[in-house]
Amino acid sequence: MTDSAEGRAVEVELPPALVRLFPGAVPKVRLSATNVGEAIDALNQRWPGMRDRLVDSTPRIRRNIHVFVDGERAGLDTPLAPGAQIIIKTAMIG
Amino acid sequence: MAEKVLVLVGTTRGAFIVESDGDRRSWALRGPFCEVWPMNHVKGDAASGTIYGGGGDQWFGPAVWKSTDLGETWTHSSEGLAYAEGEEPIKTVWSVAPANGTLYAGVQPAGLFRSDDNGATWQHVSGLRDHPTRPDWQPGGAGLNLHSIVVEPSGGERIWVGMSAVGVFHSADGGKTWEPRNRGTRNDYMPEGQQYPELGQCVHCVVMAPGMPDRLYQQNHCGMYRSDDGGLQWQSIENGLPSSFGFPAATHPRDPDALFLLPLNGDTAGRYPPDGKAAVWRTRDCGESWEALREGLPQENAFFGVLRQAMATDSLEPAGVYFGTNTGSLFASADEGDGWQRIAEHLPMILSVETLVVDG
Repeated sequence: MTDSAEGRAVEVELPPALVRLFPGAVPKVRLSATNVGEAIDALNQRWPGMRDRLVDSTPRIRRNIHVFVDGERAGLDTPLAPGAQIIIKTAMIG
Repeated sequence: MAEKVLVLVGTTRGAFIVESDGDRRSWALRGPFCEVWPMNHVKGDAASGTIYGGGGDQWFGPAVWKSTDLGETWTHSSEGLAYAEGEEPIKTVWSVAPANGTLYAGVQPAGLFRSDDNGATWQHVSGLRDHPTRPDWQPGGAGLNLHSIVVEPSGGERIWVGMSAVGVFHSADGGKTWEPRNRGTRNDYMPEGQQYPELGQCVHCVVMAPGMPDRLYQQNHCGMYRSDDGGLQWQSIENGLPSSFGFPAATHPRDPDALFLLPLNGDTAGRYPPDGKAAVWRTRDCGESWEALREGLPQENAFFGVLRQAMATDSLEPAGVYFGTNTGSLFASADEGDGWQRIAEHLPMILSVETLVVDG
């Protein structure tokens, strides 16, 4: 991560069911992004195909995937402050 | 070399493999695979030995899974498996069909995709959804889905698909252009005089006779049918069967005149075997006559259903026949349906059954 990228660094927490789908994936990752969509793109760079698991072709975050930024429900356009914490949860359904 | 039979089972909670040697007397079960995603259809490619699984997860969406080591390890991909932005997104993959070096996938909402790199990336076969009748396509009970994919073997360009409740569509040019092929199939839910429309039939399953690419069989919501001209004209073959309703159809691996069906008592009658007595029905004269095969199957209190992709044959001699129930039982016959044994039970709801014969 470059110095400028480090300035935009955020932390992302992934749900276990997602981690299991991608060999080598880890439950917590630091990356550089200015909004949620960019953060998901960065995840996809590391683990190709991960975007498809989180975002549908509308495009929007899948109905049963909940993304929280600093504790608040977020969408793809939600901006990220430096140091933001993103938590991705599988929704409670069924 | 000895042969091994893999029965590939798709369920609402993952894929399973039930395995035996060529005698098909003793069976062992492995699974669940595919991270317990709902797997609508798990099918092997006899040419390569690769196993593909089409499904869709409530959280993570649709994908096609793949195993190149007979189910030991699995990967998944949905790259390109999407409609254009703004269209209703794909909910799930309903069926997979490896043929002539291409892998096809049928999805819900109904559409067809192809992969020319063994499932790594996908391209939309857009000609089907470009058909001018698409605004008239109506969903069946399980949604608007493309569930049957029949591809002419040996490199042919002809493809047939079954969509509920739209009917059979055919392409003679590898998927570029399509036309409905439902003439002779009935829609009992239309008024008298309107029961044979161009489309709107609720096809449940379409299969091709071995060695006769112009002969197709169809289990429909309203009857069983055969076509001898690639679906241009269908004729009823339901005389002699206990009902006109059912879901799966399975062809014999070598005999184009043989077909296996599993009639259920009716769509509003419970959708279980008539009188609660399980039977597979077999014809050896392309539907002119039928016999019930019951030996080893439950003959009282059988109130299960068998879904459209949940019956298959294997390629051994004599042919094996298999079906799975929506109550999680898997039945097998090693003698073309004459006798049966239950080879797995207590599985999740079984959505599909296919076979793969490999060198042991």
